[in-house]
Amino acid sequence: MFTIGLGHYLTVGAILFVLGVFGIFMNRKNVIVILMSVELILLSVNMNLVGFSAALDDLAGQIFAMFILTVAAAEAAIGLAILVIYFRNRGTIEVEDISALKG
Amino acid sequence: MNWTLALPEIVLAVSGLVILLAGVIPKKDNSFAISLAVLGALLLAAVLVLAQKEGTAFGGQYVADSFSGFMKLLCILGAAMGLVLAMDFFEREGLARFEIPVLILFATTGMMVMISANDLMSLYMGLELLSLPLYVLAAIDRDNSRASEAGLKYFVLGALASGLLLYGASLVYGFAGTTNFDRLADALSAQQGVSAGVIVGIVFIIAALAFKISAVPFHMWTPDVYEGAPTPITAFFASAPKIAAVALLTRILAGPFGDVASQWQQVIILASLGSMVLGALAAIGQRNIKRLMAYSSIGHIGFALMGLAVGGESGLRGVLVYMAIYLFMNIGAFAVLIAMRRDGRAVEGIDDLAGLGRNDPAMALAMAVFMFSMAGVPPLAGFFGKLYVLLPAIEGGFYFLALVGVLSSIVSAYYYLRVIKVMYFDPGLPGFDPRPASLSVVLAGTGLFTAFFFLFPAPLLAAARQAVASILG
Repeated sequence: MFTIGLGHYLTVGAILFVLGVFGIFMNRKNVIVILMSVELILLSVNMNLVGFSAALDDLAGQIFAMFILTVAAAEAAIGLAILVIYFRNRGTIEVEDISALKG
Repeated sequence: MNWTLALPEIVLAVSGLVILLAGVIPKKDNSFAISLAVLGALLLAAVLVLAQKEGTAFGGQYVADSFSGFMKLLCILGAAMGLVLAMDFFEREGLARFEIPVLILFATTGMMVMISANDLMSLYMGLELLSLPLYVLAAIDRDNSRASEAGLKYFVLGALASGLLLYGASLVYGFAGTTNFDRLADALSAQQGVSAGVIVGIVFIIAALAFKISAVPFHMWTPDVYEGAPTPITAFFASAPKIAAVALLTRILAGPFGDVASQWQQVIILASLGSMVLGALAAIGQRNIKRLMAYSSIGHIGFALMGLAVGGESGLRGVLVYMAIYLFMNIGAFAVLIAMRRDGRAVEGIDDLAGLGRNDPAMALAMAVFMFSMAGVPPLAGFFGKLYVLLPAIEGGFYFLALVGVLSSIVSAYYYLRVIKVMYFDPGLPGFDPRPASLSVVLAGTGLFTAFFFLFPAPLLAAARQAVASILG
């Protein structure tokens, strides 16, 4: 019988992580997608931690995941706040337009 | 449980909350009083750090030793000087808000948690407590489109770095079975051949911390953020948080991951070489002095990483001494940058310094001292910083690394000397607006330290040696 083990959780975690990183670098549309990609990366980490925690029979991983959830909420709030002031100044959130500073 | 060990952090966190309330309740602007209160809280924390006993607390999550004491004092000093620089600047820009000192206070708490972290969990919490206020500070000038762009870039890349760090931490946790640094050290030294998962995790963690200290190849946010953020905030970014991140990197690489040094040493060497070369070459064409300082700070981080790559007692001592000296040089140079105001507006071009040698000889002399020191001219402090990382590198047989260090130091001397040439020999522009007393105090303090460090190097060297001994144990 086919059982779902640690390897499957890690695979899903790795796929989510890669999707998140690619979402940040390949994305040419807008910054909201980048914020979603960041959340995807944090989700993949939580998946890993909970998977490991169950496999190792050790609670530390799940506690770590709780902390990450809390911080992710604060991080998203700050990210959106910065995005709002950016939009107020520029009137756009296209990734390609974020290039006033360079050299 | 011995929670009194963490008293400096607890006092800072509680006073941060109280000061935040005191800032919100009154109707009128009270940012000056809030800044003084934050300076008082930082002073109290410094006293508590000095009085701190050694040991671990919170189930092994927190450690206090002479390494943490040394690094925390540097961070508190950096934060306090950054705050002093910020007070007057924001007043003149009409941006004086009580949030700025409070955010600096919370960021300092984060740095101290980070430096004392003895577990991947407390490491992450400290790092985030540091990063979140920094994102807000970068964008604090919220009607300025450059500042908000800097904040946005810093946030996106910082969040990515936190993601990398966490992914690495999850792998290390899974394959080594623990998040505690002491138990990690046991697990990694006992195993016959460390599993590949741990190695991948360590590389992810190093990459994330390289983001925070802006080492090549993770430096690309630095020039943009340094240029866009308000100058005193840039001064703060370039000093205290970097010291905290270098301290964290030193602690994890020398402690839990010390037994697998052969696996990460190449990574650190490459980052060091890349940072030194890029810091030297990319700064040459810059016209904006804040961008120049950004590339200069990348180069300095390359030197600190050289000490880390060499490792051992003398190499790590070199890192600590380098960061201490870098703090003073950097804050001093930024104090000059903040004083660059003409007709009530901040100017940022290198050309704007023209004529400073005649208009304000004292400040020009201080700037010349900082620039010569950063270029590594003896007998200024920067020379000794470089000496104490280059000597261990040569003794340890890292000839190529040392050679690139010396060469990049020579190349970077070109743009440091150009600043001095512009100040003294270019046709003069009208003088800057009169500088406030607080800037003069910071300038005098950092300038005297940088100029006369060679007379009294012993206390700093002894403290650094003791700090290194406590983590190598």
